Amino acid sequence: MVIVGCGRFGSYLANRYSRAGSSVVVVDPDPGSFTALSADFSGFTIEGNAFEFAVLQQAKTGKADLLVATTQKDSTNLFCAQVAKVHFQVPEVIARVYDPSLAAIFQGSGITTISPVLIAAESFFPPA
Amino acid sequence: MKICIVGGGLLAYFLARSLLSKGHSLTIINNDREECSWFARRLKAVIVHGNGTQPAILDDAGAASADSILAITPHDEDNYLICQAARRKYDVQFAFALVNDPDNEKIFRELGISSAFSPIGILSLLIEQRIGYDAITNLTPLADGKANLTEITLDAASPVTGKKIQDLDLPQSCLIVSVMRDGQVLIPRGGTELHPGDRIGIVSLPEVYPRVLAVLTGDTGV
Repeated sequence: MVIVGCGRFGSYLANRYSRAGSSVVVVDPDPGSFTALSADFSGFTIEGNAFEFAVLQQAKTGKADLLVATTQKDSTNLFCAQVAKVHFQVPEVIARVYDPSLAAIFQGSGITTISPVLIAAESFFPPA
Repeated sequence: MKICIVGGGLLAYFLARSLLSKGHSLTIINNDREECSWFARRLKAVIVHGNGTQPAILDDAGAASADSILAITPHDEDNYLICQAARRKYDVQFAFALVNDPDNEKIFRELGISSAFSPIGILSLLIEQRIGYDAITNLTPLADGKANLTEITLDAASPVTGKKIQDLDLPQSCLIVSVMRDGQVLIPRGGTELHPGDRIGIVSLPEVYPRVLAVLTGDTGV
């Protein structure tokens, strides 16, 4: 699996999946971000921007079963998720999208979007 | 035509100026306040300050009623998002994206943004095809860059002067479409003889282009 962005969310996922035995590749432009990976992380790290096609290629996205885009930027997440889905035909693609109105636009495009804003709102005000 | 430009810098400015001079009505979205006021002072356009990747800002800018959207920010992923939003949400007829990473040109098309345009791709194409060669006066990509139209002026040293077009050893995937001689344009046939000083227009595929150049100029480029 490929995880794009090694922030709090990305590194947490990477550590967890790695521990569970998955082969994980983490992509982040900041090499310092990889210090958030735990000592027993057994996957690969790639320094680079995931909106760069060559970087996704290097991360062997074509062989991944799952790609999760967790960068701070909605557009980066949506773009690399779409590239993973359409070009690399990754079976499952998840993008974190803060802005719920953007998430709405990409509904039905084959990628799953997770909006922390909506999740937080729904936990405060559960849908009746 | 109502056009919405998302982006900044001189690219947005000059593009806006040229579109305005052709009578289009224009909205510019830019996320730098100072640049917005700079635009507002110089251009007869509606200027919207904000991040163009946010649907709320696109709403404000009247994207829904625009005929075309030009996304020309320096960030490919933003340009992609703007065009997708324009297509999916607002049903804008023509969404045009600038791509900085030339690899993304193909990717954008695959993702449904058919009007993706890479200045770096075109520049490097020009350089590869030795636009530096003095005799080449014009080079235009056709059919999404899959073919080129180019003009070459033949000098006296050219090995093809005095020969008929049908006798030239040109590759299959190219065609001489025009000959300009003494200010007159001829549409050439196989029997047309080439003279020094002729400016000839050629349509060719990029892969045979170096060979075409070599035949016409005698310069093998090595």
